[in-house]
Amino acid sequence: VPVSIICSPPQNYPLYIRSVPTENELKFHYTVHTSLDVVDEKISAMGKALVDQRELYLGLLYPTEDYKVYGYVTNSKVKFVMVVDSSNTALRDNEIRSMFRKLHNSYTDIMCNPFYNPGDRIHSRAFDNMVNSMMMQVC
Amino acid sequence: ITEVCGAKRVGYFGPAQFYIALKLIAAAQSGFPVRIESIKNELPLPRFMALKNDSEVRYGTPAELHGVKFQVPHATLEKNSYKRTDEGEKQEPKSPPMSPICSPPASPSTYQRIPLSYGYGKSRSGLEQQHGAPYEIRHSTHQQDGPSSGNYGAKPALGCSTLNRSLSVEREQPDSSAHYSDDPWRITEEQRDYYINQFRSLQPDLNSFISGSVAKNFFTKSKLPIPELSHIWELSDVDCDGALTLPEFCAAFHLVVARKNGYQLPETLPETLLPEYLQAASLKPMRDCTLFDSYSESLPGSQPTRDFSRTEKASAEEVPDNSAVLQDGKKEDKQALKVSTALKTIPKEFQHLTVKTAAQESNALKARPRSRSYSSTSIEDAMKKGEEPPTPPPRPQKSHSRASSLDLNKIFQQNTQAVRSGWLPPPPPALPPRPSVSQTEQVSEVELHPQMNRPPSQAEENSSAKKEVVLTQPPSKPARRKLRTETQGLETPELSPTINVTSSLPAVKPHLPVQKQSSKQKRAIQTAIRKNKEANAVLARLNSELQQQLKEVHKERIALETQLEQLRPVTVL
Repeated sequence: VPVSIICSPPQNYPLYIRSVPTENELKFHYTVHTSLDVVDEKISAMGKALVDQRELYLGLLYPTEDYKVYGYVTNSKVKFVMVVDSSNTALRDNEIRSMFRKLHNSYTDIMCNPFYNPGDRIHSRAFDNMVNSMMMQVC
Repeated sequence: ITEVCGAKRVGYFGPAQFYIALKLIAAAQSGFPVRIESIKNELPLPRFMALKNDSEVRYGTPAELHGVKFQVPHATLEKNSYKRTDEGEKQEPKSPPMSPICSPPASPSTYQRIPLSYGYGKSRSGLEQQHGAPYEIRHSTHQQDGPSSGNYGAKPALGCSTLNRSLSVEREQPDSSAHYSDDPWRITEEQRDYYINQFRSLQPDLNSFISGSVAKNFFTKSKLPIPELSHIWELSDVDCDGALTLPEFCAAFHLVVARKNGYQLPETLPETLLPEYLQAASLKPMRDCTLFDSYSESLPGSQPTRDFSRTEKASAEEVPDNSAVLQDGKKEDKQALKVSTALKTIPKEFQHLTVKTAAQESNALKARPRSRSYSSTSIEDAMKKGEEPPTPPPRPQKSHSRASSLDLNKIFQQNTQAVRSGWLPPPPPALPPRPSVSQTEQVSEVELHPQMNRPPSQAEENSSAKKEVVLTQPPSKPARRKLRTETQGLETPELSPTINVTSSLPAVKPHLPVQKQSSKQKRAIQTAIRKNKEANAVLARLNSELQQQLKEVHKERIALETQLEQLRPVTVL
């Protein structure tokens, strides 16, 4: 049940939302939105040394609901949030990190496109394909 | 045929439908059944009878187009083609093809090419047609053109091929015919040449990139929606670096053309558009490009009014865009083009855009060197300001421990200030644009000298020459005289210059008309010269004072040495 959402500061509106099983999508959107608070908290806590990979492990957010929320922030304060099932224990930390790295790379490729205005919603087919393949891997 | 090509369904003959219809007509005339699959065959061009000579050239709505129109641009173009001297010997073999136009059955092969090529010519501006003519005619000499053009049964291929043929130089026949029959995603040689020339118009170095912003503006002119352009960029920018190399650019351009011609964009880049493939396949040397450049040069002379309207608006839009780093003056008016004209007009737009951009780029480039020269002036100013002021201060440190240090300091302060002020104006004249003019000015002054019968002193000659030149410009007279008095403070006072002036006034008068022409330039140069003179005067004065001090110092030294010698024998003895 991976859901990945990219939110861009400072307004924190989502640039891209994709969830594989389309039911309960709203719940995942809500989860991601609330997790942004935790991400911001972590950013401010780390101060200058933010960036690179940081993780947001679920335990904090919704202990009852068994899914984990991972976060990732780029240098430009673009936040990537990924929600995965807790039941999917096969997912290890490294895999999450690699997924975030792929997301980040695809995002930079999108930024290289002169026709893309930063802040627009992402409609790139290449990006979609990458995200889809990632999600297929996880499920 | 109408039903098969889709016109019935759509309700009109769009360019796609029209081309399919033409193809089907050719198929029917060749005996093939009227089906969509027929257009994939190699077919000769459809033959249209009873063609008239209509000299109108317009962007036809497809419904208006008849076979008649095919002849129209062709006839005009043929005439134009003969006027083109750079056609060379290629025009001669075209003469036989000319005659069959009026007699359709005479030579079907050449005749067939004409309608096909001018079926697209009709939708182009006369500009392209004029260039299309020589190309088309040239193609008529190649027998393979007929069947290969017949392969352009697919709508975009038709548009691309004929248009690119019209723009390109001779193509390699075997390669092109083989390519055409296969793949709409394969770039033909003519297309490649066209893309290369477009690339060159954006970026002269073919081995370098086009930056993202430049490419964005360029492709935005194609009037495709931004998401599609974004997708095209994604497909073509393989290394995702935000810039387009030549093969990437060709791929992107090809995708744009294909999309404009109705092809849906693929999800992934076709193999034939990959940069590696394109680089390997790029055999065409630059000779074609140079020939194309010669044609593109003639483009400005024949722009139709419609394109002028567009390019005028484009230029209006471009004015605020001139801040872009690279040639960025190419924004086009965002008028929606008809789909019927879009197919063939896209490369034409780019053509006009390139023409316009070439003109504007040349203007921009001309402007930029000037701006660079000015910016360099500021840099040189800064440098010289940085250089000049430090040199005077060390002087006080050296020798002012000696006598009259106060006076020297005062003098040096004055001189440094004068030097600084004097140095400020001179650096600008040292820049490239000016010295040539100043040299011409000096030449003109030299010419004036013998004519004016100057007094012998060269300084006075220069000043008086300048003064005469200055005086020939009445508006600046009072200011110049005042400045002249300042500069000539050290030299003889105004008496001699005024005498020279008065004596030379009658001689100056005949030169008035000549000098008035470049009066503005001369004014500027003369202010610079005047200030140089001031600086020279100041420095000369400084020099003389320093010489005096040197003499004094020498005297002191000699005096001290003599004292020493006088004292020595006393001690020794």
